[in-house]
Amino acid sequence: MLVVTCVKQVPDTTQVRVDPVTGTLIREGVPFIINPFDTHALEESLRLKEKYGFRVAVVSMGPPNAEITLKKALALGADEVVLLSDRAFGGADTLATSLVLAEAVRKLGQNEEVAMVICGRQTIDGDTAQVGPGIATRLGYSQLTLVDLVENVDVKTKKIRVRRRLEGRHEIVEAPLPAMVAVLREINRPRYPTVPKRLQAEEATVPLWNNKTMGLKEETIGLKGSATQVRKIFSPQRARGEIIGDGINKPDEAAGILINRLVEKGILCL
Amino acid sequence: MPFNFVFFVVLAVSLGIFFWSCYRRFRLVLLGKAENRSNDAGRRIMGMLYHAFGQRCAVSHGYNFGLNHVMLFWSFIILLIANTEFLLHGIFPDYISLSLLPDGPYFALAFIFDAASLLALLAVFIAIIRRLAFPSPYIEARNPDAFAILILIALLMIAFFGLHAGEIAQGSERAAQYMPISGLIASAFFANVQSGSLAGYIEAFWWVHAIVLLVFLNYLPYSKHMHILTGIPNVFFRSLTKVNTQPREEFKKGNTFGAGQIDQFTWKDLFDTYSCTKCGRCSDMCPATFTGKTLDPRLVINDMKVNLLKNGPLIYQKKPPVLPLIGERVEGSNHDDVLWACTTCGACMEVCPVLIEHVPKIVDMRRNLVEMISRFPGEVVPFFENMEQRSNPWGIIPAERTKWTAEADVKPFEAGKTEYLFYVGCFGAFDARNRRVSIANTRILNASGISWGYLGKDEMCCGESLRRMGNEFVFDRMARENVKMFKEKGIKKVITQCPHCYNVLKNDYRQYGAELEVIHYTELINDLIKAGKLKLAGIKDHGKIVFHDSCYMGRYNGIYEAPRKAIVSATGQVPAEMERSHEKSFCCGAGGGRMWMEENMGKRINIARIEQALKKDPKTICVCCPYCMTMFEDGLKDMKAEDKVQVLDVAEVVSDVLK
Ligand code: SF4
Ligand code: SF4
Repeated sequence: MLVVTCVKQVPDTTQVRVDPVTGTLIREGVPFIINPFDTHALEESLRLKEKYGFRVAVVSMGPPNAEITLKKALALGADEVVLLSDRAFGGADTLATSLVLAEAVRKLGQNEEVAMVICGRQTIDGDTAQVGPGIATRLGYSQLTLVDLVENVDVKTKKIRVRRRLEGRHEIVEAPLPAMVAVLREINRPRYPTVPKRLQAEEATVPLWNNKTMGLKEETIGLKGSATQVRKIFSPQRARGEIIGDGINKPDEAAGILINRLVEKGILCL
Repeated sequence: MPFNFVFFVVLAVSLGIFFWSCYRRFRLVLLGKAENRSNDAGRRIMGMLYHAFGQRCAVSHGYNFGLNHVMLFWSFIILLIANTEFLLHGIFPDYISLSLLPDGPYFALAFIFDAASLLALLAVFIAIIRRLAFPSPYIEARNPDAFAILILIALLMIAFFGLHAGEIAQGSERAAQYMPISGLIASAFFANVQSGSLAGYIEAFWWVHAIVLLVFLNYLPYSKHMHILTGIPNVFFRSLTKVNTQPREEFKKGNTFGAGQIDQFTWKDLFDTYSCTKCGRCSDMCPATFTGKTLDPRLVINDMKVNLLKNGPLIYQKKPPVLPLIGERVEGSNHDDVLWACTTCGACMEVCPVLIEHVPKIVDMRRNLVEMISRFPGEVVPFFENMEQRSNPWGIIPAERTKWTAEADVKPFEAGKTEYLFYVGCFGAFDARNRRVSIANTRILNASGISWGYLGKDEMCCGESLRRMGNEFVFDRMARENVKMFKEKGIKKVITQCPHCYNVLKNDYRQYGAELEVIHYTELINDLIKAGKLKLAGIKDHGKIVFHDSCYMGRYNGIYEAPRKAIVSATGQVPAEMERSHEKSFCCGAGGGRMWMEENMGKRINIARIEQALKKDPKTICVCCPYCMTMFEDGLKDMKAEDKVQVLDVAEVVSDVLK
């Protein structure tokens, strides 16, 4: 059985700034990284592989250079990777993205039964947390979000039991397979690739599926297939707060002043 | 008798066994990877004379019993001649004998041998007393092996005196009056013995001497006294330069990385293990051993040796090894936490009398853990990722590298125009406390009027911790990039703030073709003062100052005086020295990537070091390394002593008194 992991290559958002004049993101010189949540999704897939013997396929939709991210997945132990890349996919919102990813899962499932799709909770660039649920809905999979523990997978009866972390409580959920699992960062600690695997992955060729392979209708994908229209991008102005202490010396004293201020402002009640 | 057949057989058999034992042991060394250790033979021989025959390590470092070893060593060398003659004479009694020499040389040798035997006996006696009566730094000194060898040597000497005393009493020794000790024994014990039974005694002592000698010889390869055979060659094959870097690895598919199996070390690494005398000096010096970690450098070497003896023969037969080199808590295996506890401070290598190189071996095993099996303390993963993605340990965005300059007067390095690059380093750029040191350094540089500049947000981490932690793969990439950038920008002279950057730029990057003139700012300060370029406005009192040596400045690069002189210039005060300073300085605990790992075994190393400093009752602890700064500041806070004692960097002390 197959576990499909969805990963996204994202700009390192802490380094992205908004051009004050044009109102667009300045992406120049900003390094791309693998979406941090997705590294946990991949790690969880690899753990499930080790535990239950699944095969792990990793898919990513993005520009051709997203290949680097998929090579990293190979180095970490993925069995198969697919890059979904086509100009026609560009500018997609979550609606159009989930369509392409769901189609990729369906295609992967033609040869081998899919047990799960595992996604990160959300991406750090869009922050919507909608793509995973979108895939689940499109494929008719069980939808398990905010998962911080996969308790058990029963391959025979095709059931999965997970723990979801909600505000102030946990919820144990059992659901039939196939399922879409969106994981939190707390679920695991990602591994680090070995050098032989990295060297091997660097030489690997990443299969590329464009829309010829996928055969999706032009108006359902990319910018055309998106329901979201960007009007304006800007950074909200925030007033600079008061700095207490210098961050090194006398932390006790700084904490004391901080508490007093919070009480003065009525934010804290003692 | 022209030929003693019986003894010939005895000797032939025991020599046969001896060489067989040696062959079996030394053949295992050849399992190791190739490494050239015989270049520049002249220097090697000189060093051998100095270290081995001069017994440098035995007499230096304040070891009370070192002289005893010198006495034993030298009487041994002398008696080597005597015993060779003894054995040959045993086979060809009529043809080979020192007594065939003319009177002059013969009498001289007779006297020397007599005296040397007494010295040897005395040394053995002292060694036994010492092991019984004085607390020994480590348990091995009292093990049966040590006593067995001492008793054998004692027996050998007693038999020597018995034999010669007998001959003197018999009147068959023409050098009698030149052998005072034997003569004394003759008159004390054999004066009234009849000549008939005297011959029997002589015969008996001769055989005791012969047998003990041969037993001794055959025991050697199996005991810690193997160092008698390997110690001197080991010094010959030593590293000719200071062991302050690691060999590069070639990242090709199909290669293995680091040492995860005993034959993945170099032959010299394996030879080292045979040379260990189990003296325990390395353990005495090791900050990890001292604070109760599982690491003990002597045991690392011993475990490698045990592993070699066990797995080596199997590897020869192409069978899989039975004892893992890494990961078990049994003799012959190094547990992971042993390897991760090392701060790479180099104190062990500094004191080892046979110049064993511990740190490269430990790093080699770390490399295997990181690069081949990806097994290391969990907190290290983010560090590795941060280094690779953002070229700094914390993963702070590179654009913030220049934030500290808001309070400093800095200028960019301009290719072709600027003379010195000021390489700030990650701590100097990002760490709040160490940024103040960077600011102090810029003030000094500006005051001196030299042409300098910095790289701003283009500066990248040098990768030091990665290399010591065994992540050579990522280090290699960072080193290439840095060296390329230095070349492109035409950078030739670099001032570093951090001793770790200093060592990487100077010693590690040389393997990448970088020929940089690297200067630590403490050296620069002295040079500038001397040249009259840096003028100080007087001195400032910081109370009593105690200075802490950075391992990577001191032991790694031999810079001890520069920071001290700078302190004297700026304070008019000679800094106090801790009990362990200079070559024997005690690490702050942050080196070797320990900065990025939890320290939850035993006592904290920085606390141990601060306690040593506080014994001198200082007002100020002076450091010259950002790691040391952090470790001391943190430790003082933990001990709630930060109000009583301050930590200052040498640069801050100097910048306080600028004109
Ligand atoms: S380098 Fe330092 S910490 Fe490591 S084994 Fe040697 S003495 Fe101990
Ligand atoms: S490694 Fe060197 S210092 Fe340590 S016990 Fe062996 S001989 Fe002594």
